[in-house]
Amino acid sequence: MYIYDQYDQRIVDERVAQFRDQTRRYLAGELSDAEFLPLRLQNGLYVQRLAPMLRIAVPYGLLSSTQVRKLAHITRHYDKGYAHVSTRQNIQLNWPILEEVPDILAELASVQMHAIQTSGNCIRNTTTDQFAGVAADEREDPRPWCEIIRQWSTLHPEFAFLPRKFKIAVCASEQDRAAIHAHDIGVELLPNAAGELGFKVLAGGGLGRTPVIGSVVCEWLEKRHLLTYLEAILRVYNQHGRRDNKYKARIKILVKAMGIEAFRDAVEAEWAQLKDGPSTLTDDEIERAKSFFTSPPYADIDGDAAREALAARAAADPIFGNWLTRNTHQHRVPGYRAVTISLKATGIAPGDVTDRQLDLLADLADSYSFGELRTTHQQNMVLADVEENALYSLWQRLQRAGLATANIGYLTDLICCPGGDYCSLANAKSIPIAEAIQARFEDLDYLYDLGPLELNISGCMNACGHHHIGHIGILGVDKKGAEFYQVSLGGSQSKDAAIGKILGPSFSQDAIPDVVENLLATFVSLRQGDETFLQTYNRVGIEPFKERVYAKAD
Amino acid sequence: MPKLIKQDTICSDDWLPADAASDQVTQHHFPTLPQWRAAAAGTLRTVQLQPGDVVAELAGALDTLDIIAVDFPVLTDGRGFSYARDLRERGYRGELRATGHFMPDQVHYLRRCGFDAFQPTDDSRIEEYLRQSRVFSEQYQASIDQPLPLFRRREAQAS
Ligand code: HEM
Ligand code: SF4
Repeated sequence: MYIYDQYDQRIVDERVAQFRDQTRRYLAGELSDAEFLPLRLQNGLYVQRLAPMLRIAVPYGLLSSTQVRKLAHITRHYDKGYAHVSTRQNIQLNWPILEEVPDILAELASVQMHAIQTSGNCIRNTTTDQFAGVAADEREDPRPWCEIIRQWSTLHPEFAFLPRKFKIAVCASEQDRAAIHAHDIGVELLPNAAGELGFKVLAGGGLGRTPVIGSVVCEWLEKRHLLTYLEAILRVYNQHGRRDNKYKARIKILVKAMGIEAFRDAVEAEWAQLKDGPSTLTDDEIERAKSFFTSPPYADIDGDAAREALAARAAADPIFGNWLTRNTHQHRVPGYRAVTISLKATGIAPGDVTDRQLDLLADLADSYSFGELRTTHQQNMVLADVEENALYSLWQRLQRAGLATANIGYLTDLICCPGGDYCSLANAKSIPIAEAIQARFEDLDYLYDLGPLELNISGCMNACGHHHIGHIGILGVDKKGAEFYQVSLGGSQSKDAAIGKILGPSFSQDAIPDVVENLLATFVSLRQGDETFLQTYNRVGIEPFKERVYAKAD
Repeated sequence: MPKLIKQDTICSDDWLPADAASDQVTQHHFPTLPQWRAAAAGTLRTVQLQPGDVVAELAGALDTLDIIAVDFPVLTDGRGFSYARDLRERGYRGELRATGHFMPDQVHYLRRCGFDAFQPTDDSRIEEYLRQSRVFSEQYQASIDQPLPLFRRREAQAS
């Protein structure tokens, strides 16, 4: 992974000193609330219902075991002993106190971490595929590009006071595991007709109140132009994005208002001023970035033999077999698999992880996966490089720690925002809904029969839980002061990205498990062969689901 | 007289914010872009831009201007950062002055985008503006005060 040099370290150290001074001045009354607001947000600090909330950056989801141990220490010492993995691969703390935040940032800086630009109207953490570098369907490792973007976007002087927040995601594989269509800018590494890899650049995707799938700004861009091109897009947005209404301030609204052709023309005009300038990437810089993401020293393993042994294990111990099938992912190197650690056990807020679990995960990363861990935008964690013949012992250790729930990609592996329990913008709670659904559908055999299914829950229109792109989406709404839930179907976050359709009138909290059960029963009765929920839905449409759910509800 | 920062020192001069209500240029006040446009070419040597003004209008007249002020009516409106870089990239060499309701903690970024004078509406904390103007000694991006991005400087060091 990327290792700081003296420059990177100096920048984060100076940032800590700056924020320490800002906090002191705020507490001494020298900075007003209005002034401190953007400053604290740009260091990840929200003020929420119960306490401030601190969002720590995990650049493109990559963590060393040392960093994970530090996070465990921070949650223990400064918080209540647990952390939360967010849908943008970051880590959130729910209970820090303002006076201690500078100390937390200093602790983070000591392990090459920070909270820079994890919130506020600036360029946020760049995200990517959680299987970057190990996926079998990858064209090139996206992480060097993410790191190049990270450095360019960090403390960018021109883009710290944008109309609204700005999120970039990078994808480099056949399957899009980074939801690039739902980002302000989505970048895909792709070959041109001559077979040379470059970037397809999308802009104007986003969720929130007005969900929009990104449009193509550039079909293919030479690699060295990446930063100047991004800079041109940001310039157009910074100068022309709406600032009069925060719900219309995202780049998606600008792209819609201008039309993609006019938007592209404006970008090209800005780019003409920047193209081939000093920010043009050099071969040396690209090589330098790549040098941090070389393969770890993989053992030379007979893949077939390892797979056979594993199959025998799975047959002898079907519980292990379940986990092996659901929670491990194909690896490009024979004899290895990527393991997803589910943070979706029933009864625990989706994405929450305790300090002790973090310590354990750091140890497991050291023993089984070259000392690295990853966070995923589905709010889970990944050990990306595990030898197949070590999977059984790893699984046993995970099981003892409550980290072996075998549900990755299935209904109970749901995405859920903090909702009304923590968030002051919420219309409704979301964590109890997640729990009720997980409790109702605990039977793993039934879950596996249903096949891959994504259920996403947000507590309000801001869509932190990505409800629009869930196969089943649940959205908290306010109905005359009471908490209600609107259900949508057919959303998708992959290459066939789609925004879900609203089923009909909203439901009370108690009704939701029954509603989900009815949706699933409808699916099962109409399913042909091995169809997934989404495939059946796309074939039959929303009507049969509607009929069944509202017939029962009457 | 309002205080401002120029060349890392606190000073003061006669310039006051533009008076947009008037069609005429008022003495000691920066002309607005419409006022500047209405005057005979080359007669006004200063102008104050507001968010939403089209910077390109000044493109042919940059040599005739001694001061371009860019106003920040609220501290969260960051358009002026791009205006400054645009003006500098078009070759403007005169004084580029930030005016309005920006805060001390923004001076560092303003400077990097090409501003070299800072005149906050509330000048009672002017020392703080000076103190915050150089809080970082290193930066990743190319900018007006450091045209080479860090990656090029790293390379130069390595070779
Ligand atoms: C509890 C404090 C939180 C607050 C106040 C908050 C606030 C918001 C707001 C206002 C938006 C809409 C922004 C817009 O459309 O311009 C938003 C979107 C979003 N938030 Fe949060 N959020 C919170 C927690 C979280 C958490 C914990 C996560 C991750 C699990 C998260 C991830 C996201 C994502 C992915 C989006 C949607 C991205 C998009 O609009 O394209 N947020 N949030
Ligand atoms: S979706 Fe709404 S309720 Fe949920 S975290 Fe975001 S802002 Fe809060």
